[in-house]
Amino acid sequence: MKQNSISERLINGLIKENPTFVLMLGMCPTLAVTTSAINGLGMGLTTMVVLALSNMFISMLRNIIPDKVRIPAFIVVIASFVTVVELLLKAYIPFLYDALGLYIPLIVVNCIILGRAEAYASKNGVISSLFDGVGMGLGFTVALTIIGAVREVIGAGELFGFGVMPASYVPCSIFVLAPGAFFVLAALTAIQNKVKLAGEKKGKDMSKIQSGCNSDCMSCGESGCSKRFFNETVNADETVDQKEVEETADAAEKKEEEKDD
Amino acid sequence: MSDLMKVSSNPHIRSKVTTSSIMFAVVLALLPTAGFGIYNFGLDALILILVTTATTVLTEFIYEKAMHKKITIGDFSAVVTGLLLALNLPPSAPWWIGVIGGIFAILVVKMLFGGLGQNFMNPALGARCFLLISYTSIMCNFDCDAYTGATPLATLKAGGSVNILDMVIGKTGGTIGETSMIAIVIGACFLILIGVIDLRIPGSYIVTFVIFISLFGGHGFDPAFISAHLAGGGLMLGAFFMATDYVTRPVTKNGQYLYGVILGLLTGIFRIFGPSAEGVSYAIILGNLLVPLIEKITMPKIFGKGGEKA
Repeated sequence: MKQNSISERLINGLIKENPTFVLMLGMCPTLAVTTSAINGLGMGLTTMVVLALSNMFISMLRNIIPDKVRIPAFIVVIASFVTVVELLLKAYIPFLYDALGLYIPLIVVNCIILGRAEAYASKNGVISSLFDGVGMGLGFTVALTIIGAVREVIGAGELFGFGVMPASYVPCSIFVLAPGAFFVLAALTAIQNKVKLAGEKKGKDMSKIQSGCNSDCMSCGESGCSKRFFNETVNADETVDQKEVEETADAAEKKEEEKDD
Repeated sequence: MSDLMKVSSNPHIRSKVTTSSIMFAVVLALLPTAGFGIYNFGLDALILILVTTATTVLTEFIYEKAMHKKITIGDFSAVVTGLLLALNLPPSAPWWIGVIGGIFAILVVKMLFGGLGQNFMNPALGARCFLLISYTSIMCNFDCDAYTGATPLATLKAGGSVNILDMVIGKTGGTIGETSMIAIVIGACFLILIGVIDLRIPGSYIVTFVIFISLFGGHGFDPAFISAHLAGGGLMLGAFFMATDYVTRPVTKNGQYLYGVILGLLTGIFRIFGPSAEGVSYAIILGNLLVPLIEKITMPKIFGKGGEKA
């Protein structure tokens, strides 16, 4: 798969760098609004819309925004879109607006959005930034919906508002309260780590879904990584030459591998 | 003597006391309480105790088997956890409450943090609070064949009067193991005599609680009111059997006094100012969370350090 292509960005956001289970970003809405599957889905989709639009706009403006004031500039763009989405929700989907409440304006400070603006959109083209936002948003939506569904089934015996458990089931209400969010998030993260580790042990090619980073920025092709960005800005003066050499070597290697495939 | 002294790297002095002998002593000490609970509440209580204890032991066994770890159910700690949890359940609770609580206590509170010695919170109390939040109506329903109506503490909170003699003997409603002050004290005396627990934590806990109740209870130093508060609810069970849990109490001597004082204050605050009548389990759990801080500020000085400056 080509770097920064549309499908690569979507899969990156959904699986490889899933904002909830892998990057552990945006924990506040993740823990707070996932009391039911529909709330999780609504929050995820709302965030996705804001994320995609703000990524696109920030990418368009990336050559105009001065480096020193980039964070305030990003926030202004993000806040504008959040306001638009908030008013639209209030007008057209009032039940979701009521359920999400305070967490809609709080999307402004959701670190996934600012994180993607800083790490990806401010350095990449408009189309790939848009799909980076869509991919990340989808990953967030899927994660929140799954967490919400598990909590709703165990904590209320329902799924999307329909009863799914036998009548004799007594709901375990701690799961729709705050502690349940931590239990479910931890359990799901553990499961996905277990699956990835097990796949690696069996020698399957997990590179498509392998998460996180092996702390080796030199041989890493991940252009949207914020750690890499940090290292680059901090050590820019000394290592930039060396890095460029490494990167070109890397790219050549990758091409060869692709040919082999 | 020769059994105790071995040529090896330190520690050189070994004790014959093992984890399993201590835990077995605790099981023995809990038997009067469990026995009285069964006598008081009947067959339901016996079934609940058996189911909960079997669940905790089985959970530990299955987890360790599945994770290819050393099987440690022989140290009786899972039995103690199961027994304590069952004694903290109302006799009217259905059997699956014991199963869920037992699994939560061992799997989440104990094993996921690394097993015995690594858990930051008393497993039995963690599970009790989990059940209390999840199944509030079941966990607060103390009606059973023998007793109906409010527990003595709830009556006290509502301003009613209680029969203190009944409360000391244990012929009242409540959780299986908390009602009889006499049975608990018999078990506690046994543990103190053989040196498994000492009076530092229970003593400072109860003294602080009594002072707090006299100051803020609204009855002044009224012996009847104070003894009703001491005999009612889980205070005795908590003070002697759960606050003294080796894993979750502070290791320093001064820390243990401080820990008892904190527990006494928290219990008093929860009982007098809180919305519910009882607060021992939340007090001990909060105290458990403070233990690392307590140990940090009560660390004794190393011998020879901190003396007069020359």
